[in-house]
Amino acid sequence: MRPGNAVSAARALAHDLLVRPRDPARETEALLGLAGWAAQFTPAVALELPDALVLEVSGSLKLFGGVDLIRASLREGCARMGFTVLVACAPTARGAAWLARAGVERYIGRADALPAALAALPVRIAVRAADTLEALHAIGARTVGDLAALPRDGLARRLGQQLLDDLDRAYGRLADPRAFYVPPAEFHARLELPAEVTQAESLLFAARRLFVQLEGFLAARAGGVRRLELRLFHRAAAATVVPIGLVAPSRAASHFTLLARERLGTVVLPEPVRALALAATDVVPLAGGNIALFADESGSPEDWPKLVERLRARLGSVAVHGVAVAEAHRPEHASQVREPMPAQEKGKRETGRVGLRPFWLLAAPRPLEEIGAEPHCGGPLKLLAGPERIESGWWDGDDVARDYFVAQTADHALVWVYRARGAATGWFLHGLFA
Amino acid sequence: MGLADPTVPLAALLTRPDIRRGDALARVASASVPTGFAALDAELPGGGWPTGCLTELLPAHEGIGELRILGPALATLSRKGKRLAWISPPHLPYAPALDAAGIALARLLIVRTAAARDALWAAEQALASAACGAVLVWPGAVKYAELRRLQLAAEKTRALAMLFRPSRAAAEASPAALRLALATAAGALAVQILKRRGAVCERPVIVDLDSRTDALLPRVPRAVDRAPPSQSPVRSAHPQPCDA
Repeated sequence: MRPGNAVSAARALAHDLLVRPRDPARETEALLGLAGWAAQFTPAVALELPDALVLEVSGSLKLFGGVDLIRASLREGCARMGFTVLVACAPTARGAAWLARAGVERYIGRADALPAALAALPVRIAVRAADTLEALHAIGARTVGDLAALPRDGLARRLGQQLLDDLDRAYGRLADPRAFYVPPAEFHARLELPAEVTQAESLLFAARRLFVQLEGFLAARAGGVRRLELRLFHRAAAATVVPIGLVAPSRAASHFTLLARERLGTVVLPEPVRALALAATDVVPLAGGNIALFADESGSPEDWPKLVERLRARLGSVAVHGVAVAEAHRPEHASQVREPMPAQEKGKRETGRVGLRPFWLLAAPRPLEEIGAEPHCGGPLKLLAGPERIESGWWDGDDVARDYFVAQTADHALVWVYRARGAATGWFLHGLFA
Repeated sequence: MGLADPTVPLAALLTRPDIRRGDALARVASASVPTGFAALDAELPGGGWPTGCLTELLPAHEGIGELRILGPALATLSRKGKRLAWISPPHLPYAPALDAAGIALARLLIVRTAAARDALWAAEQALASAACGAVLVWPGAVKYAELRRLQLAAEKTRALAMLFRPSRAAAEASPAALRLALATAAGALAVQILKRRGAVCERPVIVDLDSRTDALLPRVPRAVDRAPPSQSPVRSAHPQPCDA
């Protein structure tokens, strides 16, 4: 089976062939997505419609370690996004595009080697119009070399100046200015799935392609994102929105994939998924990472936000937090839940010393039995230290008037108890020294 | 291979960390964090809480000192800028107390989980991430296979991996390299080393946690003997504390 076969002929060869109409709009969309991704290698990316991209990489060779490494990265990245690409390099943009279209994956570094390489290409690569192509075939011009050998004035008169200009641009005899692709400020990409998908693992496989595309897009802008939105489209039901939040800006596709794995594992799908779209709207600047000179034993600084994100992706943001000391006398107000990564880390102690405080504070004080005016907690309590009087909070209706003691239980555990004064009385257990 | 090679002297072989001798404490290849209690350090292989393996703490009752015994080690790690993860703690860790114990709150992560499975998962993530200096886990009921998974995760890290389990778990087999049962004895903490690398520890180690507690009590008078009754109106209602 070859390109150009009739559908009926192809069906005769393979009876279970799946035929789909070509969608040029979607092809262009994919090409634009690839252009955004490829902008990480050079700011000069131009579209060569309908099916090619031209990258001006001579300024990027040093940074990326040579043309071979760039070609390898291009191929590998496109493969991860699910595209098969042919990569050719030549001193002229059109020359490289022609070589790639002809499937000649060569690297032509010198301008004087270019004419020979181009001359071997079939003439259909250089000429798109069918009638022109037919006319050239009729006069025996089979290769680009044949075309270039024809008398120029006759060629221009019969087949138009355009053909001659194209040839000159490919050979580098005529300037070939391009309008470079300008990536949009926001990232939006959509991927149609070849079949309806119900499993999170298959969704993740598809989503990874979008993440790779996003990574290139962000690398080109030297940016990162704190928030992603993955939309899963169904046949009839409304799209399922899967937000992915990050603690610190990131652009690593592998990191996005990890987070998406946890999130997709918890999503309940109303229907199978037919397509998915990824959106990243707030791109923030993100400097590239420096590689540590010595192996750091505490791990890399990104490990911490990554851990927090992974835990939050599965357990929810409320379940993962830090604590802080608050300036409050009421014990239940002196410890506050806060974000796990405060912006500035204080090295010194956060408060001055108050009385002895327990490691565990009970969520709600537990009333204690009082036998003979003594508090009991599975046995009589031995008061070791106290009282520390705390009276506070009259202004917000949650006022406390308590005398706190450090006490020892019958089994020698240290506990923090108080005797309520005022309206409510009695003994309460409030903390464990553990 | 070393074992089959006749030229390797026996003494050299015996220094291998994976050889366990019945008559001495094992040599430990990974670093240890001193516990802050000399009596306990002397009995632990490596002279402190071992990193890179699972340590189980089995307190007889909740609140007898299972955190205070870790306090100095956690403070040491905190001072070095290490991060601490507390996974599925049974109560709210109280910030003023942590702060007073020298634990940097900015580098503390608390993970609350609904299911035991989530706690184990979170512990594995925390150990695997290399971001934490110590991971404290209250896993609830766990199976041997799950502990084995945690032990394997712990072996890949340089973090302290502390597991808090009820004392009845002492009867169950565990892959943890160090298992300590905590009980009280005459006001101090009696630490029975159930399992360690090296010789069996016959007698419990007595750790006096209260000497440290007392150091934190400058502003709270010791009501029983020091505070005069006239200044302490509540004390008068309790003429003698019950001697347990």
